Amino acid sequence: MPLLIPCPTCGVRPYGEFWCSGELPDGGHGGSDDAEADFERVWLKRNVAGLQTERWFHHAGCRRWVTVRRDTLTNVIDAQL
Amino acid sequence: MKLTRGDFRPSYDVVIIGGGGHGMATAYYLAKRFGITNVAVLERSYIGSGGTGRNTTVLRANYKTPETIRFYQESFQLYATLQEELDYHMLRSERGLFWLAHSEPQLRNQRERALQNQHFGVNTVYLDARQVHEVCPQIDMTGGGKRPVLGAAYHPPGSIIRHDAVVWGYAGAAQRLGVQVLEGIEVTGLTIQGGKCVGVVTDRGPIAAGAVLSAVGGYVTNIADMAGIRLPIVSHPLQAFVTESYLPVLDHIVASADLHIYVSQSARGEVLIGAEIDPYSSYSTRSTFPFLASAAARAIDLFPFVAKLRVLRQWTGICDMTPDYSPLIGRSEVDRLFISSGWGTWGFKAIPVSGLRMAELIATGTVPPVLAPFALDRFRRDRAVPERASAGTH
Repeated sequence: MPLLIPCPTCGVRPYGEFWCSGELPDGGHGGSDDAEADFERVWLKRNVAGLQTERWFHHAGCRRWVTVRRDTLTNVIDAQL
Repeated sequence: MKLTRGDFRPSYDVVIIGGGGHGMATAYYLAKRFGITNVAVLERSYIGSGGTGRNTTVLRANYKTPETIRFYQESFQLYATLQEELDYHMLRSERGLFWLAHSEPQLRNQRERALQNQHFGVNTVYLDARQVHEVCPQIDMTGGGKRPVLGAAYHPPGSIIRHDAVVWGYAGAAQRLGVQVLEGIEVTGLTIQGGKCVGVVTDRGPIAAGAVLSAVGGYVTNIADMAGIRLPIVSHPLQAFVTESYLPVLDHIVASADLHIYVSQSARGEVLIGAEIDPYSSYSTRSTFPFLASAAARAIDLFPFVAKLRVLRQWTGICDMTPDYSPLIGRSEVDRLFISSGWGTWGFKAIPVSGLRMAELIATGTVPPVLAPFALDRFRRDRAVPERASAGTH
């Protein structure tokens, strides 16, 4: 069974239709005036073994971003945020 | 080979977390080259149970950047005499490795790679399609009628070696020199006093240490978290599979940069097929059917005979991927805590050089020049070592 991603517009679809941009940093992806905060956001990862909030782009579907919470130990997605 | 059983000592000069190839090689070289024998290797499962036992056993030195070529060249040379040095048979076999190009950009990339390798003394040559066919007539030069092979970078020294035997060989030799290899002990914390790492906490009690090395692969983030360190590492699954045994028909290791696939045949006759990492981070080692279907289709494009073989076994390892596809090895922000990680999909072939040079760093306190480019703080200094094009598959 492939990893299935719940898309708000297209429904539950296989992961191959999406591009995963990885974990969502604290405060989102936007830049700031703080060089140290920018460095940490871009390069350093929490890489959680457990629940992770992450972003997927539905490139082969509605071409919208989806935010979900996935358990990285089991790949079960328990929430669409 | 029999491992040390029973009690650990209350204190060691060096405690190594992780009984894979990197941890075991570091322990061996600490004892052999630097006379530091009061060393423990702690493994929560069995030795070689992580990436060391799950990779696809390829040895090569045909990388892209000068820093990485130098690093893997040294590793390749250490591997060449490893069986004799450790007195352990590892079924090393020289095969010759192709990196096929099916597109003009990839052709330029492979030609550049051959020239770059030659400049640094690595034996890689550029072959056009006719030459590829002459050296390895088994390849379907039409790429399944879809992606014709235009040429390749060919690396004649490319080899395979029995991966379990590498870790067993290092473990046995390290034990003979006095190192303790302890299985079934899990590190649950690090003891840090005044910014200095002085020991580890395990599920069987605390152990004091003069220095601690994390030689943990996919789970390195767990260890770094114990010291409050954040790393530029994301853990991705990497899958591979083998077919049932078949007649010995393929001497070479054949990788394709455009198809993101590589194929070799083991000494047992199994056709081994590997590809790129799964496109999302995960710690799950459950293998997936989409990977099997897609990798098998691409392998059949290169080797049509594979179509009639049945799949024998599929498995998954967890890779500690760095943003630039290069290792992350050296001192950490915490004094006397060393980290050997970022081994991603390129760790197995680095085991000897990583072990030797990490042992040198721990023993002497000086960063060996060959390790310096892969320091943990290189992204902060804007000094990435980009190897995605050459390390991406195996």
